[in-house]
Amino acid sequence: MGLEKLNNLYREVILDHAANPHNKGKLAAATHQIILNNPTCGDVINLQINLDDQERIKEVAFTGEGCTISQASASMMTAAVKGKKKEEALKMAKTFSDMAIGKDHPQADLDALGDAQVLTSIMEFPARIKCATLAWWALQRALLQESDED
Amino acid sequence: METFSKLRADFPILDQEVNGEPLVYLDNAATAQRPTPVLKQLMHFYQTDNANVHRGVHTLAERATADYEAARRTVQAFINAAKPEEVVFTKGCTDALNLVAATYGEANIEAGDEIVISIAEHHSNLIPWQQLAKKKGATLKYIGLTDEGELDMAQARELITDKTKLVAIAHATNVLGTVNPIKELAELAHAHGAVLVADGAQAVPHMPVDVQDLDADFYAFSGHKLMAPTGIGVLYGKAALLEAMPPYQYGGEMIGEVHRQESTWAPIPYKFEAGTQNIAGAVGLAAAIDYLNQLGMEQVAAHEQKLVDRLLPQLAQIPEVTVYGPHDPAKHTGVVAFNLGHLHPHDLATALDMEGIAVRAGHHCAQPLMEELGVPATARASFYIYNSLADVDRLVAAIKKAKEFFRIGTGETK
Repeated sequence: MGLEKLNNLYREVILDHAANPHNKGKLAAATHQIILNNPTCGDVINLQINLDDQERIKEVAFTGEGCTISQASASMMTAAVKGKKKEEALKMAKTFSDMAIGKDHPQADLDALGDAQVLTSIMEFPARIKCATLAWWALQRALLQESDED
Repeated sequence: METFSKLRADFPILDQEVNGEPLVYLDNAATAQRPTPVLKQLMHFYQTDNANVHRGVHTLAERATADYEAARRTVQAFINAAKPEEVVFTKGCTDALNLVAATYGEANIEAGDEIVISIAEHHSNLIPWQQLAKKKGATLKYIGLTDEGELDMAQARELITDKTKLVAIAHATNVLGTVNPIKELAELAHAHGAVLVADGAQAVPHMPVDVQDLDADFYAFSGHKLMAPTGIGVLYGKAALLEAMPPYQYGGEMIGEVHRQESTWAPIPYKFEAGTQNIAGAVGLAAAIDYLNQLGMEQVAAHEQKLVDRLLPQLAQIPEVTVYGPHDPAKHTGVVAFNLGHLHPHDLATALDMEGIAVRAGHHCAQPLMEELGVPATARASFYIYNSLADVDRLVAAIKKAKEFFRIGTGETK
């Protein structure tokens, strides 16, 4: 027991994403933007998305601060949804949120998450689930925010 | 040390494994654990004396009232208040501080007045004053810290002036582990005609507190940090101040006479105790104080000092560990906030949890202080009477393991 169990959470791919995050930075202009924070721990994400005419995610970027898990999750999320259509991205967000709380999904849905599916091991660490889901919530909120206004 | 090692038998919760390791509970600044004698007293109250207080003529009501008022006198003696009616039962420390802001503050703070607090305050001793100042058009001023992390008393002497109406400061801080000179601050406040409100949440459980010697006008603390149930706390206030203050909430128990258009209020402390109070909580608080009194608060403080004396030099041996607050153990309470390199404290806390060690990680309800320290969050270990030198060593060993796991200080990132 002890720290060996940590390997279940802090897999190499997660630590890689945290150390060298994908899509970290700011977009010059964005069609969708949201700042979301977790007030209990102070993690914060500023997510920007550019949808093209076909509602495809052309560009996505994030800034923010937080723990290894939240930073890796944001990196993995942006890498996974880049190039996806809005509806696909929303489905992925739902898949991730469901998986983080232990709900089963068809393998094809999981495969669509790319690297991010490894983070679903977060359910073994209940205190850290919110760290992993923050980025996906931000994605969902940012994309839905706009359609509310339509 | 021996007396204290025997105490563990009174805390069955400590005798368990967490993630396959024996539990080391070091989150006492958040809440302490309850010993069996306190739990037994609660059970005894509910099984033999339970009734509503102050309003029955039957025997149980009489007994419950006697228990409740005996608890008030136990608190009075514990903090050396001059009179039992200076002890107001509240939901907790936050509730007690809000009470002062909503009553004394509401009646006495005016536009142009100044309220002085410190940058190291817990949100519960910050937001009530911030919002009061906003509402009244008063100014909220912050005393900063010295390089050592102690309250800057030179700055306090500049900031507390004749414009100051209220000074609110923690007796012991919940992140830096410092003890503030409340007596000196009270003297300073009084010299300028201001009142001194002390937040004793992190002090009363850990050291002898004498409110008359401190000359604090108001002194607030929670029960659950000294092994009483949650939902009970205390506001001490000087009788003359409490008497002049308007009520906090309206309802049963706090009234003198009620007519269709007018009401009068009960004498203190009942004026501030509207509705059915947490009677069992008060009984449990008295039981927890009895438990501490058997040990002696001087001995409690000395025990925690030994643990800090063991911890700080060991942390200083790990170059990647940053300790916030004084590095001199003699100036440090049993609250130690730290970070390990650039590792986020949540990652560190998860690693320690895997070793069975419970610490807090986050902003500790002190966001302005985090901003001042230039960190988003810290880890925090905090001791109590049942912790041992072995617990300290387990913590240090686990920090070293986490350092290896995350390859902190090796120049590479894991």
